[in-house]
Amino acid sequence: MSTDLVRTYLRDRSLPHFFCPGCGAAQVLNYFVRAADNIGLDFDRLVAIGGVGCTARIPVYLDADALHGVHGRTLAWATGMKLHDPELKVVIFAGDGDVAAIGGNHLIHAARRNLDVVMIVVNNLNFGMTGGQVAPTTPGEVKTMTTPYGNVEPPFDICKLAETAGATRVSRWSTATARQGIRALEKALCHKGFSLVEFVAQCPTNFGRRALRSGDPIESVRWIEENSVVRSKRDGADVPLEEALFVLGDFVDGSRPVFQGSSLLNDERSSA
Amino acid sequence: MKHMIHGKRVLSGSHFMLGNYAVVEGALAAGCDFFAGYPITPANEISERMAARMPEVGGRFVQGEDELFSIFALTGASLAGAKAMTATASAGFNYMQEGLGYAVAAEIPLVVVNVQRCRGENYATQADVMQMRWGASGDHEMIVLAPASVQELFDHTVKAFNLAERYRTPVIVMSETTIALMRENLTIPRANDIDVVHRVTPSVPREEFLPFAAPMDGTPPFAALGAGYRVLHSLNPHDERGSIAWDPDVYETMYERILGKIARNRDDIVETESVLLEDAEIVVVAYGSTSRPCLEAVYRARENGMRAGLLRLITVWPVPDREIAAVAENASAMLSVEMNVGKYSGEVERCVAGRCPVKRVAKNRGEIHTAEEVLTAIAEVSR
Repeated sequence: MSTDLVRTYLRDRSLPHFFCPGCGAAQVLNYFVRAADNIGLDFDRLVAIGGVGCTARIPVYLDADALHGVHGRTLAWATGMKLHDPELKVVIFAGDGDVAAIGGNHLIHAARRNLDVVMIVVNNLNFGMTGGQVAPTTPGEVKTMTTPYGNVEPPFDICKLAETAGATRVSRWSTATARQGIRALEKALCHKGFSLVEFVAQCPTNFGRRALRSGDPIESVRWIEENSVVRSKRDGADVPLEEALFVLGDFVDGSRPVFQGSSLLNDERSSA
Repeated sequence: MKHMIHGKRVLSGSHFMLGNYAVVEGALAAGCDFFAGYPITPANEISERMAARMPEVGGRFVQGEDELFSIFALTGASLAGAKAMTATASAGFNYMQEGLGYAVAAEIPLVVVNVQRCRGENYATQADVMQMRWGASGDHEMIVLAPASVQELFDHTVKAFNLAERYRTPVIVMSETTIALMRENLTIPRANDIDVVHRVTPSVPREEFLPFAAPMDGTPPFAALGAGYRVLHSLNPHDERGSIAWDPDVYETMYERILGKIARNRDDIVETESVLLEDAEIVVVAYGSTSRPCLEAVYRARENGMRAGLLRLITVWPVPDREIAAVAENASAMLSVEMNVGKYSGEVERCVAGRCPVKRVAKNRGEIHTAEEVLTAIAEVSR
């Protein structure tokens, strides 16, 4: 990140950050700031939300109103503030544990309601902050601190979950696909409705060292790259992609009325 | 954010109203414009009336996916500037402890109504009286009000919002099956005659604003999300600027002030009602609906020549410790009456501190004491 971007968008006196060297969450912070800069996002009207975890620390560094420190409840916070002040731009930074484990129920319902927020998921395939335990996104057979003989549970596909629940914009990229990732963030920030952008990200300290037997960030990113396939528009939905661990692409781009509350008088209901 | 307004916010006049409905009207009179809830008996009438009333007055209603959603939606709405409330019953209140802890630490005003019920059943109880004070992890004070009638469900809900706004803290209205599902006379004053408090907002520009700076008994000004102050609201220990970083001094100071703003203002918060206490030898201490049979028992004891009086606790937390100690000074015996296994009696005994004997009159049968039961207890200690 250039000094100018740091000075403009990061909170005064918040650095140095707490991320490990080579952390994927820190890269996503970088991508977000670039996307925000590219579209001219007004940081006075931005609320950045983090729950608990490494990814949840991202809002702490952004020079905006921010919420932090409760695991998995980010979308409940977001719903309250968006209903009261629909003009706020609300962006959530969640790790895979935050969004797919403890906060999974809120994800389903926020997507179903088409809450007008941007959910940025940094999926580092494990519980990084707590020392590398298995997550609902950890691939099969992988060794973590709580799966010493290899993971026997099938992983969640967060994008499919969001799509099925009703999200109106869904993308998955990785820390190895910076350009596409930043572009997806720009589109998500301009989208009206529930948008989710997942980044498959390296956690060299915990996932890398145990699952990949290497704490080198570059080796981790290379492993993600080797196990990713981009689903292009040309492929269509029928192309078999099962053999890839990570299918990347922009999956959903739709439009539905956004959530304004569970009880609305007729003249308050919007059509789109 | 102002949404469209179609209906009357304050229903001034005389009503014969359900207790749960009186809570809703009290909230609206206090300026509530956000409600989130999850179905649970015996609190459902609050959500149902809110679903009808919120859109009328330009507020927002949401039925969430669980009680965790309710409490955190409240904190989000309140940070955006809303006056926010939820209502639940004992089992649902369990789920809200995490959100209450966050609201204390991040200093977020909100109101929770807990209509207590027996575990797994909807019978009457006051079994959550300790949980309401101590349920959340970590350090906190908690303001808990104990209405005893439909009128007080209205009045105390207004008061709960005012205390929440004044001290930037969650406030709990401790309701009960008894009064929540009872219909009684209710008088709603004219809007201009209702005291409504609004949180103080910053008077300085962003560069000079310290979002968590206040005297040790004070409450910092509140900058709503999106107002340009760019505040970090974290559960983690934070300094006056809101920055999170572990520092034992920061941690100690933060909680000393957050606890102090309640504890050091207890005279403004604590409220009790005294009935026939001037010359009372036997003092009945009660709160909530239990105080109703106690009141009758005290009058009947007087008719039978026993000098009984009632100290009714309107605020149960913070404990009216000085008030309890003061009446114990001249009493020959005290009765602590409550509809549970006998919990708050420990607090009463602590406050009395041996000044007189305290007799526990606990009833844990899902039903309220009869006046006869309390009268019998008064007669026993007056012998």
